Amino acid sequence: MLFHSEKFWIGLRGVINVLLVVYMLAPLVVTLVISFSSALYLTFPPPGFSLQWYEKMFSNPTWTRTLWTSVKILIPAAILATVFGTAAALALSRMESRWAVAIRGLLMAPLIIPVIITAAAIFGVFRIWGLYGTLSGLVIAHVILTLPFVLSTVSANLAVFDRRLEDAASNCGAPPWTAFRRITLPLISPAVMSGMLFAMVISFDELIVSLFLSTPRVRPVTVQMWSNIKGDTDPTIAAIATVLFLFSLFALLMDGLARRRSGRAPGL
Amino acid sequence: MSFKDRNIWLLMPALLLIGICFLYPVSWLLQRSVSEPVWGLQNYFTIFSKTIYLGVLWNTVAIAGATTILCALIGFPVAYSMVHSSPWVRKILIFSVLIPFWTSILVRSFAWLVILQRGGIINDVLIGVGMMAEPLDLVYNRFGVLLGMVQVLLPFVVFPLFSVMARIDGSFVRAANNLGATPIRAFFRVYLPLCLPGLLTGAMLVFIIALGYFITPALLGGRGDIMIAQLIFERIDEFGDWPLASALAIVLLVGTGLLFLLINALLKIRGGRI
Repeated sequence: MLFHSEKFWIGLRGVINVLLVVYMLAPLVVTLVISFSSALYLTFPPPGFSLQWYEKMFSNPTWTRTLWTSVKILIPAAILATVFGTAAALALSRMESRWAVAIRGLLMAPLIIPVIITAAAIFGVFRIWGLYGTLSGLVIAHVILTLPFVLSTVSANLAVFDRRLEDAASNCGAPPWTAFRRITLPLISPAVMSGMLFAMVISFDELIVSLFLSTPRVRPVTVQMWSNIKGDTDPTIAAIATVLFLFSLFALLMDGLARRRSGRAPGL
Repeated sequence: MSFKDRNIWLLMPALLLIGICFLYPVSWLLQRSVSEPVWGLQNYFTIFSKTIYLGVLWNTVAIAGATTILCALIGFPVAYSMVHSSPWVRKILIFSVLIPFWTSILVRSFAWLVILQRGGIINDVLIGVGMMAEPLDLVYNRFGVLLGMVQVLLPFVVFPLFSVMARIDGSFVRAANNLGATPIRAFFRVYLPLCLPGLLTGAMLVFIIALGYFITPALLGGRGDIMIAQLIFERIDEFGDWPLASALAIVLLVGTGLLFLLINALLKIRGGRI
């Protein structure tokens, strides 16, 4: 019987594994390879390798300007999301009322409800407030979208954090701020770091809200990519996609290092 | 100063920001959906009575549903394989699910275009080896949308399933086998029910996220694959039609919210039993 043979099941599992790896990684591998292509059009496998698309990317003011705009959004957005999110996580971990659940739900809402709704709502109101097409408008919107990630990462860490350490510091006469800075913060800093890293990645990759809020003058790189992909698939986009990908990979590696140091389990 | 006072100050920045720049805009959207052009529910009636809007709603549910089923069907053997593989193979599998998870959807949709389009890799190969005379239409249709969406959403069903399967005691299935159950019967009566909490959570999560999807269907789909999020975007971006776009957004919001409550309820029931 086929179903009873051990070999059949081991073989099937092998096939599933290979198919999965190909399906999940093929888009990334293809993008990576094409970005180094020496051909003048999209073709795979490329006839040879060159850095022409990276040169084109860095010599084209549209790409450098939009990349720079993205960086100018992601740095303040990630810092604000980290500070606000960490502060909120600390407060919520100490509250025991029913309010804490409701407040956490409210702060997590931008993660749960579809981004298109957030984007449309923010766009409508920001236009009235004069924040449409401004860097600050985009930064505020990105803080809203990334704050839930910081909140959940730091909260998860605080759930296993031993509060007695902080109490001990207080009992030994440390003022609250000192106890926080010397005891709590060093212990939760890996979680704060990974929250900030993911806030940066999400902000860098964000498209939908940016699509609504940006103008040709203030335009993040994802919006520029979007309009290029819709028009024509030019290999320069593969080079930009690779930059975005390497950025995420770098953040993931940094996070892995932070987790290893803190002894937290790997995963999401 | 007590902890209580400090908590309020720690919460203030996040609460103010979310309140003013998120909660208020969403309620503003809700208000516009019922106040324009005149007060009433006519925007909602329009959505649920015009064939084009009903068509988009149906597309949304159909694509999200198909994505969910495919993710469950693919995710189940993948999670199983992850749990029962050697640590080395497991690492590779987790890596290949996690890396794309943290890569932008825009990048991946672009890559699928490169792979699937008429002059793309797959068609090049098929024609090159003589299997096809004409390039296949693999993209700008439902196939392209589903291929792209399943790749993006698969991790959401694999990880909950993985964590549930990893905790299942193998002796249950062995006991069923020893008591004379065929492998298929043991699977359906013993193993699958034990996996159900993870499978349900993952599937519901995929369905909810898929309902609000925008980028993948917009890039990989055709005119016939428009989903609700694209319709909202188009109504605002091209026509400035706020009343209808707002009503569509609220329909999506309510649908998503109800499903989310349902997951929570399901998890609670399941949590009590297992």
